[in-house]
Amino acid sequence: MTGAPVSRRLRGLVFWSGIAMLCVWVLAPIYLIALGAFGGRAGVFRWPKSLMPWDTTLAAMQAFLAVDGVWAAALNGALVAGLTMLFSLLLGAPAGYALARYAFAGQSAFRMLVVLTRAFPLAILALPLTVTFIRVGLYDTAVGVALVHTALALPFAALVSSSLFMGIPRELEEAAWVFGCTGFQAFRKIVLPLALPGLAAAAIFAFVISWNEVFAASVLTVRNKTLTAYLLTVLAESPLHFRFAGGFLLILPSVVFMFAVRKYLFAMWGVANR
Amino acid sequence: MAGITIDRIEKRFGAVAALRELSLEVADGEFIALLGPSGCGKTTLLRIIAGLEQQTAGRIRIGGRDVSALPPRERGLAMVFQNYAVFPHMTVYENVAFGLRMKGASDADVKTQVERASGLLHIEPYLERYPAKLSGGQRQRVAVARALAVQPAVLLMDEPLSNLDALLRLEMRSELKSVLAASGATTVYVTHDQTEAMGLADRVAVMHEGVIEQIDRPQALYERPATRFVGGFVGSPPMNFIDMPVSGGAARLGAFSSPVAAGDGLVTAGIRAEDIAISDSGGLPFDVVVCEPLGATLLLTGRIEGQLARVAARPDARVRPGDRLSLSPALDRIVWIDPQSGRSLGASPGAAA
Ligand SMILES: Nc1ncnc2c1ncn2[C@@H]1O[C@H](COP(=O)(O)OP(=O)(O)OP(=O)(O)O)[C@@H](O)[C@H]1O
Ligand SMILES: [Mg+2]
Repeated sequence: MTGAPVSRRLRGLVFWSGIAMLCVWVLAPIYLIALGAFGGRAGVFRWPKSLMPWDTTLAAMQAFLAVDGVWAAALNGALVAGLTMLFSLLLGAPAGYALARYAFAGQSAFRMLVVLTRAFPLAILALPLTVTFIRVGLYDTAVGVALVHTALALPFAALVSSSLFMGIPRELEEAAWVFGCTGFQAFRKIVLPLALPGLAAAAIFAFVISWNEVFAASVLTVRNKTLTAYLLTVLAESPLHFRFAGGFLLILPSVVFMFAVRKYLFAMWGVANR
Repeated sequence: MAGITIDRIEKRFGAVAALRELSLEVADGEFIALLGPSGCGKTTLLRIIAGLEQQTAGRIRIGGRDVSALPPRERGLAMVFQNYAVFPHMTVYENVAFGLRMKGASDADVKTQVERASGLLHIEPYLERYPAKLSGGQRQRVAVARALAVQPAVLLMDEPLSNLDALLRLEMRSELKSVLAASGATTVYVTHDQTEAMGLADRVAVMHEGVIEQIDRPQALYERPATRFVGGFVGSPPMNFIDMPVSGGAARLGAFSSPVAAGDGLVTAGIRAEDIAISDSGGLPFDVVVCEPLGATLLLTGRIEGQLARVAARPDARVRPGDRLSLSPALDRIVWIDPQSGRSLGASPGAAA
């Protein structure tokens, strides 16, 4: 008789401990970095460490932000990430739509191929890419870096949007056609609004992948570095609390961006109309 | 004027032939039901009329205009989908208004039409809601209202009531009938539910394996099935089929005999369960196996010389399993069927006599 409540309590326990684990997993490192960034020189070297945010100081942060080129690099990084997001959606969403709606020969091979691009090591590509980029004038430009980052983010964008479009019943589109829409109008008025939350998720990932990518960004630029690549060169010879400040700044835009689009992530209309 | 002419339409999916040279003529304002078992091609035919599927061969004309190659939006029709396909990100109002807005109707026109359509289907209280907050029956009404709002010349419906529970289905059925009669639209209605088809339609087309077996008024379909398939598919319980030997222009079985317009050999008598009178002697020998009191009738299942048969007896009849009865079918209501082709032999001579 007591079986049901006990198992329910057990399930609740598992559920909440899972949530707690996830929170700790994500938040603890961020918190520690924030502590280092705002703890000042003394805070970083104190031992045993204090886990409480006492005697915070903005000194490290201010000093860091005053470093030459940080702002330019941040702006450049955001530009590259924004372009990456745009390119991977513009290319990935149509590819995903085709994968979801049309049966064509070699479809599964195409799916495989899309993922396989991720298997190609960037390190091998670096030299030929650099040479080619110099030749066509893309070297040391935001567009050039964004193109490489798009190659990294595209498989994800295509596959996510394909499963997204598959989840939207075909009848909705057909109804739109019957009631007077062209194919494109039906896509814009029906499919796109319903797919928006998922597309926002794909966009976030493209943004974050680009923002965090350091290898291609370092190799393909000299003066127009992204923040990540720039910090890599600067922080190597900085004191520890400086590095924390840099690390914290790297996390910040991703988090802010995710907050900005979270409304689309959760604005589910209840696509399933069954 | 929007009659539909379906001219020798064929549809193949790879090796599967879903429709074979199917022709059908629907008059302006007529209500036709496509009735048939699962997989017989009803949905395929409807989608070809709508332009959502491309036929392999044949032509479709609507109101005299050849629409065979036109996209759905240029065919001037509206459709109600089986799973409603109500747009989840629009309010009920915007759903109903969708077709009108696509036509570029003015806001005032949209408003009057939406009010008219939603009034017909009693969905005014939900106009500002999103479909996720509606029950299945309410969503179904929204789908019908969306179709009626554009005042279509042709209305296509694919099993619109199949997702509803039995009570709601009955209610919606009678409501649909009056609403559609008032709209005057030429309607093609797909269903595999025969009571729905018979109750709603002016004429019912019975489909089987990609062809139309028979198309007729519901009562004629019931009384004079053109093929054994139609007799077995329409009506509950299905028609009885009793094979009888023929000699000298008369079919005989047990003490029963009837004139029949067939050569010597075998003929199948199609007899409805309620067209049979029970007597004490003479007629067809019937061994009762099961008695089911159904309220209005007492349904007897048993065998006539080894062949399965069902008889609808009066509810107060005193019959028990194991009894042997003798049956006298109404001669003028028997449908004689050629056992080889499965087609009926036309009116039985008994009716003429
Ligand atoms: N896209 C398709 N590809 C291949 N075969 C198909 C396709 N659509 C339908 N068919 C086949 O065509 C035949 C007719 O299908 P259809 O959907 O028209 O049947 P239906 O009469 O509507 O059945 P139901 O009552 O189950 O809805 C079936 O044998 C089905 O398997
Ligand atoms: Mg169907």
